Amino acid sequence: MAEANDYKYVGTRPVRPDGVDKVTGRAQYGADPILPGLIHGKILRSPHAHANIISIDASKAEALPGVFAVVSGSDFAGEVSDVAKNVMARDKVVYHGHAVAAVAARSPQIANEALKLIEVEYEVLPHVLDVREAMHEDAPLINPDCFTGGLPEKPEKPSNVAMVHTFVRGDLDEGYELADIVLEREYTVPMAHQGYIEPHGCVAQANEGGRATVWCSTQGHFEFRAQTSKILGMEMADLKFVATEIGGGFGGKTVVYLEPVAVRLSQKAGRPVKMQMSREEVFRATGPTSGTHATAKIGVKRDGTITAGHVRIAMEAGGFAGAPAMPAAMAVFAPYEIENFKAESLDVLVNKPKVAAYRAPGAPQSMHAFESLIDEAAIALGMDPIDIRLVNAAKEGTQAPYGPKFPTIGFVECLEAAKAHPAYQAPIPEGAGRGLAVGFWFNIGNQSSAEVRVNDDGSVMVVEGSPDIGGSRASMCLMAAETLGVEYESIRALVGDTESTGFCNTTGGSRTTFATGMAVVQACEAVIADCKARAAKTWGMDEDQVEWQDGQAVPAPGVNAEVEPLSLAQIAANAARTGGPIAGRASLNARGAGASFAVNFADVAVDSDTGSVEVLRYTAIQDAGTAIHPDYVEGQMQGGAAQGIGWALNEEYIFNGDGVMENAGFLDYRIPVASDLPMIDCQIVEVPNPTHPYGVRGVGETPIVPPLATIGNAVARATGVRINELPLSPPRVLAALDAAAD
Amino acid sequence: MSCRYRHRGCWRRSTRLLIRGAALANITLPDQLAHVAGGARELTLDVEDYRDLINALEKRFPGMRDAAADFGVAIDGQIYQDPLLEEIEPDSEVFFVPRIEGG
Repeated sequence: MAEANDYKYVGTRPVRPDGVDKVTGRAQYGADPILPGLIHGKILRSPHAHANIISIDASKAEALPGVFAVVSGSDFAGEVSDVAKNVMARDKVVYHGHAVAAVAARSPQIANEALKLIEVEYEVLPHVLDVREAMHEDAPLINPDCFTGGLPEKPEKPSNVAMVHTFVRGDLDEGYELADIVLEREYTVPMAHQGYIEPHGCVAQANEGGRATVWCSTQGHFEFRAQTSKILGMEMADLKFVATEIGGGFGGKTVVYLEPVAVRLSQKAGRPVKMQMSREEVFRATGPTSGTHATAKIGVKRDGTITAGHVRIAMEAGGFAGAPAMPAAMAVFAPYEIENFKAESLDVLVNKPKVAAYRAPGAPQSMHAFESLIDEAAIALGMDPIDIRLVNAAKEGTQAPYGPKFPTIGFVECLEAAKAHPAYQAPIPEGAGRGLAVGFWFNIGNQSSAEVRVNDDGSVMVVEGSPDIGGSRASMCLMAAETLGVEYESIRALVGDTESTGFCNTTGGSRTTFATGMAVVQACEAVIADCKARAAKTWGMDEDQVEWQDGQAVPAPGVNAEVEPLSLAQIAANAARTGGPIAGRASLNARGAGASFAVNFADVAVDSDTGSVEVLRYTAIQDAGTAIHPDYVEGQMQGGAAQGIGWALNEEYIFNGDGVMENAGFLDYRIPVASDLPMIDCQIVEVPNPTHPYGVRGVGETPIVPPLATIGNAVARATGVRINELPLSPPRVLAALDAAAD
Repeated sequence: MSCRYRHRGCWRRSTRLLIRGAALANITLPDQLAHVAGGARELTLDVEDYRDLINALEKRFPGMRDAAADFGVAIDGQIYQDPLLEEIEPDSEVFFVPRIEGG
């Protein structure tokens, strides 16, 4: 379905520029920098899920030979925000694993010994782990200053519900009256981790002049600098952040955990400090996404028209407010044109790790509920799951449930592509079930900067500030090649540090190829304008008598001049004589991000003896706008599908009665490995976003939205038993099959 | 049109004000902001840009400026996450839209 275009480089699949260093082990990740005098930081974590900190005595730890510094909450002089309190607890711990103190020592072993010598006196408090229990009036109160926001009046008493978001249109009762069938169900989705392979790690070096440099694994080094400066009370200009290569983030590396601690330890120790989490620490103390409980109701006419929809979803925030409740409510009905709906979401504190972003935050959970309900409605009506969605599909001009009318979108195109796909046309294997669901994400723009420098030999350096978590450097080079009209191989891309490149918002929200790409294109256009001016000067013409074609300055049509075209390399070689180095810059706040829709379907087989679910075939279809580097687009689609399938089938946080996570490792927290999955077949739909020079929409968020309901719907159709609580792990499936057989 | 009708003597401004008598921008508030507006979800206002809009709303519903600080705005379908001077035309459809981030 790719639209025909005349692009020479955009849409091709060159070798990734970071590939060689990554497969040879040379790539530098967060904990890899080695500096003279480097010492090692470790964190003491709370053994309780909920407790007041009465006192901390670190004198014995400080006296241990080889220990250089010990810090706790009182050592952080900046603002005491929730992020700051999550980095280092002050007077209270709100989940098991919450940081309470840190040590820097000559070796990791000495640091660990020192941690054992820190004496912390706690007053243990009752804890609450379940989102529904947390909303009870008599539930342990995690934050006594938490008064529910989003209500007409401020409540008289605090509670664990931090915020209520509501989006409503029409009249639900009227909608249900018009319906031929009305279904109402409850759904549960577990807390799940992003599962990035590289644990959090950083190296910090502070000097006596009050400045510090931090190398870290981050999705946004500018944002990390801002957070660290606030937590430590330092000027941003005194902090330099270097984004190393990143071994996965998926939203989980958008907030600081170690970096302010490493800087503070380095300040006290007078040495560079390295900190690196273990996998166990990653699970216990970094942000997963919310576990949720939803109630959902739908009214549908016989022809498939959805007359009313209602979803109310309660989302675990962890120990501090901040569940992705708002986007969950905004996204849930976005694929459909529904006259009567109500989407409610609640941000609820529980004694679990503070949640962080995870691909399309909130949308997988809320859309799992409604996409499952639509599937039930389709079965009840005897309709094809694509047909019922086509009846209700949002298109250009549809009023999105969160307000504005959609501009050009590609949801119908995705549904039609799915219907025509050979895998959908193929018969369902005997005994298997085929499930289908759709996904949506808004995508965003925000601030980006880029600089394009032309070297004397005509090679080009693109410098930008968006950490590359999904292949964006290659995409930047492709857009630069297309704009400048020079070979892809002549361009290199660099993610600059916070001192060497202009501000960029964090890589996330599917914004980088869209927004930073836009900045790169504008910077290239500045280079072209400069080159045209230099060619005009060389030829003795006016600037408007010169055009840029295929990487060369040429006289404009109608200009009578006997001159040879000047290539970028030729102009660069003469740069000293025509005005000095050639460079273009752009800084912008990108507008016009284009929403992205996806359709997934899968065939699954269920072993009725073990409850094990095998994914036989999986197909992901998504509107990318324009796929700048299709390999990376497909990589995003496949990665999101794999993560979503893992969430649907196995991944969950399991806590014991004391609020301690019992499966804090990849042996027990079961993410899918290659042998668990079939090839994820991808089809990229291209409905270009008209506001981007090359039509980019952004692709990284949406792919994780459909798999939860896709797998759930497939299992329901394979077994005839619908299980509305994820994950669909063998014990749960087996229990459901047994219960249905009784 | 660079003056954007701001200069008091500008003929475009006075013409626009006359036209405005018949055509006002349609403003839709989400639930969170409707609470500040005494439950009003939809209203029409004569405003030239986002700053005008916030000033007008604050004057009518004190507290709206702070409440709207976490919101972006969609003007005729175009979403602005960090609005300030974005133009609002007569008959524009304006929605306050929560700021979106992502993973």
